[in-house]
Amino acid sequence: MATTKKTTAAGVLGWVDARFPLTSTIKGHLTEYYAPKNFNFWYFFGSLALLVLVLQIVTGIFLTMNYKPDAELAFASVEYIMRDVFGGNIIRYMHSTGASMFFVVVYLHMFRGIIYGSYRTPRELIWLFGVGIFLVLMGEAFFGYLLPWGQMSYWGAQVIVNLFSTVPFIGPDLSEWLRGDYLVSDATLNRFFAFHVIALPLVLLGLVAVHIVALHEVGSNNPDGVEIKATKDKATGIPLDGIPFHPYYSVKDLVGVVVFLMVFFAIVFFMPEMGGYFLEANNFVPADPLKTPAHIAPVWYFTPYYSILRAVPPIGISQFPGVVAMGLSVVAFAFLPWLDKSPVKSIRYRGSLYKRWLAAFVVSFVILGYLGTVPGDIWGQFGPWLGRADRATVLARVCSVVYFAFFVLMPWFTKKDQTKPVPERVTY
Amino acid sequence: MSENKIDNNSLSFCQPSEVDLQKRDFLVKATAATGAVGVAAVAVPFVGSMLPSERAKAAGAPVEVDISKLKPGEKMTAEWRGQPVWIVRRTPEMLAKLVKHDDQLSDPNLEVPQQPEYCKNKDRSIKPEFAVMLGTCTHLGCSPNDNFAVTAEWDGGFVCPCHGSKFDLSGRVFKGSPAPKNLLIPPHQYLTDTTLLIGEDKKAEA
Repeated sequence: MATTKKTTAAGVLGWVDARFPLTSTIKGHLTEYYAPKNFNFWYFFGSLALLVLVLQIVTGIFLTMNYKPDAELAFASVEYIMRDVFGGNIIRYMHSTGASMFFVVVYLHMFRGIIYGSYRTPRELIWLFGVGIFLVLMGEAFFGYLLPWGQMSYWGAQVIVNLFSTVPFIGPDLSEWLRGDYLVSDATLNRFFAFHVIALPLVLLGLVAVHIVALHEVGSNNPDGVEIKATKDKATGIPLDGIPFHPYYSVKDLVGVVVFLMVFFAIVFFMPEMGGYFLEANNFVPADPLKTPAHIAPVWYFTPYYSILRAVPPIGISQFPGVVAMGLSVVAFAFLPWLDKSPVKSIRYRGSLYKRWLAAFVVSFVILGYLGTVPGDIWGQFGPWLGRADRATVLARVCSVVYFAFFVLMPWFTKKDQTKPVPERVTY
Repeated sequence: MSENKIDNNSLSFCQPSEVDLQKRDFLVKATAATGAVGVAAVAVPFVGSMLPSERAKAAGAPVEVDISKLKPGEKMTAEWRGQPVWIVRRTPEMLAKLVKHDDQLSDPNLEVPQQPEYCKNKDRSIKPEFAVMLGTCTHLGCSPNDNFAVTAEWDGGFVCPCHGSKFDLSGRVFKGSPAPKNLLIPPHQYLTDTTLLIGEDKKAEA
């Protein structure tokens, strides 16, 4: 073994490179990472998700400097941040807006993956890591939402923790263990704080790292679903349709960042509560364990799954089926790489059958999302011919069936779909 | 330092032919098993630390409630284990209505043990006038709201704001509610005519 590695760089950089893969890492992941040249605006959302992650970590660190994870002090400490800490209201609204924008960006990022078949071979692991990120993000949002200790925080946590008590046999003990008490209390708040500020962020960062490492191993997909590594320059071995990530896509992503931050700060400055969708009105009332608010609903990014939970009727006296359906509705995304049997990846070359199913899925998702924000009896009841069932509940049931049918029937409709021929090289 | 120079041929453990593979296999498995036992042992305090603490358990002590000021047709809320316990003073009209809608209930005959034995009767109570129940929905733990106004279709009771479960004035759940069970009746007893003790009954003392 040689005593020192041969390096191309001289001086300090050369000294570092002999001891740490600095130049090679920058080349491998930025200046000589070749991404397809036909990325469109859908490809902004990956880098934007990374930006929001950084924003959440930085604003979160500054919030913990003044926040007190104690049932007696938590609500007042948040109000203290809002009123007495210099810039505290901006930092807190950046964090609460960041939570919602994280889901906006991640949902669009996931939709990009679905329409262009980015989960297909050889990118299944990237997709699975991504589903892992999505799950951890949901946990992060849920734990974080308890911290302000408002009425919605409290009763939201009460409902979600009680979902675990429906598990057969061990349920009641399990939810008691999660709460650390017989009801949501100071013990619950304290541990949710620990999960929110350290446990889940560590897992999240690890998953983001492996998500990107896996992506850079196999290379990015593109709107045509063509493998650019299949057509390389014979002399250099560089994909003919590839361009270096830096400077080409770093500069392109910068444009996305500027536009995103304009929207982001417009929300932070002018409508941080977003009409009750980002911050619910009842959460400005301190938690009261003896009184449930008249209408409770989760924050918008959980409502599609919450609707599915409400839509599934109990079997006997067990609520467990609804809880299982809700869990499956989230985890279902993980199975996409193996459910999709189409010979093409991108929606550009798929037939109308697939497009209709995708449209039905998106419409169901949006309707379920809306129904989860409103009471089940908002549109009144059907007549005796439908057993006086709530109109909204019946619609939620129909949409839940469509939602699951999209996944369950995917092997069938992607095989039967009339696809178009895929070009050799990427198009614009 | 030349005398310390390593001679590969003198190191017997480097010779593949002399490795006892069976012994190595046993040692690998034994090490892994010992490690697993260690991990399991160290998990006990960590998993256990998330259980309700001794202080949380102590807070579950029974509470005394003075019901002398409760007027007929009204409800009061006491706090036991941090949860709301309702005491409803039912009027004779209310009690009369309670026996008339059994066919609309999921469990009119109280088959599911959601009450102490001494409350497994038609009024779900020790004294028919006073109904005592935990004001926590059996669906997902929200606290239902009062809806005592009687209409042609509604005999008065409670409606849960979270998912619309409906209960009558005995805490019995109506069919079609997401809540699977009747409201829980905690153990309780009368210390005097106007003092209730919630969280402990006579059976527990005996």
